[in-house]
Amino acid sequence: MKKHKLEEWIFRLIMFFSTVLIVAALLLILVSITMKAWPALSWEMISQVPHGGYYFGKEGGILNAIVGSLILAFSSTFLALLTGLPVALVLNTSLIKRKRWVYFIRYILDLLWGVPSIVYGALGFSIMIYFGLKTSLLAGIITVSIFILPIMIRAMDEVIKEVPLSLHEASYSLGATTGETAFLVIIRQCFPGIATAVLLSFGRAIGDAASVLFTCGFTDFIPDSLNEPAATLPLAIFFQLGSPLPEVQARAYASAFILTIIVLVISILSRIISGKLNKNKINF
Amino acid sequence: MNFSLVFVFVIPVVLIAGLSWKSAAVLSHSSLSDLLFSSEWSPMKGKFGFFPFIISSLWLTIISIIIAVPVCLSSAIHLTQYAPAKVLKIMHPVIDILAGIPSVVYGAWGVLVIVPFIRDHVSGFFGYESSGYSLISAAFVLAVMIIPFILNLMIEVIRIIPSELLESALSLGAAKWQAIRKVILKKALPGLVSAVGLGISRAFGETMAVLMVAGNMVKIPEHLFDASYPLPALIANNYGEMLTIPMYDSALMFAALILLTVVLIFNLLSRQLITKFENYR
Repeated sequence: MKKHKLEEWIFRLIMFFSTVLIVAALLLILVSITMKAWPALSWEMISQVPHGGYYFGKEGGILNAIVGSLILAFSSTFLALLTGLPVALVLNTSLIKRKRWVYFIRYILDLLWGVPSIVYGALGFSIMIYFGLKTSLLAGIITVSIFILPIMIRAMDEVIKEVPLSLHEASYSLGATTGETAFLVIIRQCFPGIATAVLLSFGRAIGDAASVLFTCGFTDFIPDSLNEPAATLPLAIFFQLGSPLPEVQARAYASAFILTIIVLVISILSRIISGKLNKNKINF
Repeated sequence: MNFSLVFVFVIPVVLIAGLSWKSAAVLSHSSLSDLLFSSEWSPMKGKFGFFPFIISSLWLTIISIIIAVPVCLSSAIHLTQYAPAKVLKIMHPVIDILAGIPSVVYGAWGVLVIVPFIRDHVSGFFGYESSGYSLISAAFVLAVMIIPFILNLMIEVIRIIPSELLESALSLGAAKWQAIRKVILKKALPGLVSAVGLGISRAFGETMAVLMVAGNMVKIPEHLFDASYPLPALIANNYGEMLTIPMYDSALMFAALILLTVVLIFNLLSRQLITKFENYR
């Protein structure tokens, strides 16, 4: 009996420390990046584009990358929402009786979710070369939206499939079509979940570097049109970190700090949204 | 509305067909076994031996899984069985934030903290000379990155198991730890294994963070503190030059195809296990 107690005690200690370790890892990441970034952070950093010699420690900021990343993430999330929301709705309305199909489609989406973003980036680049296109904001947006599409559909699908069947039936019995039921009733019922899915995808879109590395290019200017290349924050971090100069490296950490803050804000926002936007929801 | 489903079917077909079509050139140039098991890498001469990259990728994945899985498993048991519900409530945002941090930030953190630590304190202790940009640094950063992913899945898996099972074991006189080990973990095993499988496929395809800390030298890593050059880093690093050297783009597409195949296989196997786990329950 005593042996069991000792064993349990030891394992509980190990398990407790594993949990502490995970929290500590997060704190260590946040604190070390912030401490390194703090001296390099300034208003100039987020309000100006790089001037001549910026990458040798001269004046300028990373406004080009911040704006580029925001445009990229907003447009690709929007594009993925336009194509993904109907898929998530179809899976749970008109296909609801065809269990095998729904299962199969979810299976494919789960597999696509697991495909590394570098594969999307590489293939996107090949396709661009094939059609003779140069790196551009548009190519980046399309690649990123394809990469976040499965994430968004599955996240929305998980929420939509929880809608009770009786709500569908109530809507049909009032004479609504499948489309009306999906877009007017179910979307409203699932609004917080859909918003969370959109924010999750936005976070993925803004943080991913491997898919934009070859498709979106990099430039020191804020893009005027979709055909121009655009800078993105992850790549700005990557390139500045590659510099041998400590000033430029410090700026890379400052850029990493800004990106982390954006991602944190999105994460907090999605928590608030899933808590608050419930007022149109019918509780069963 | 049904038209939207086209995307779901077109994307995987284009992915697989596109990559196979592009890598056909290098496959007709040299045999599959040469590509996979030769170590000679000189694109200028048309020699593409992916063996060093494949070995690097394998080692990296294995070591990071060895680091991550025990931590995830014990933390998952702690959070679901022992800790008060409040702790799990605090841990959920922690896991979400860890999962949401972009991989390039993990890479920057690796360069800032892990690489100097390995160079100054760890490699010397084991008697190796190292720049810090090494297999072990990359594996460690990768482990921290996949911990939230695996932990989340494991918590879900353990939670699915009905609490009556634990209660009946307890009522038969088992100690809590005995009940957890012999009932819950046994029941959850397929689910836990599939969580690890999904973690493996995640680790195998991770690019940016690994690219930043792995060292990127074309050779088979000899020890933990040696530089490594995994497949995703190879693709990311060389895409710029691939158009100037013949067959190079095809070779890199072949690398992407290897990546896709391995990831898909691990994903398929894990999903299969999960389905079994859910039916079994």
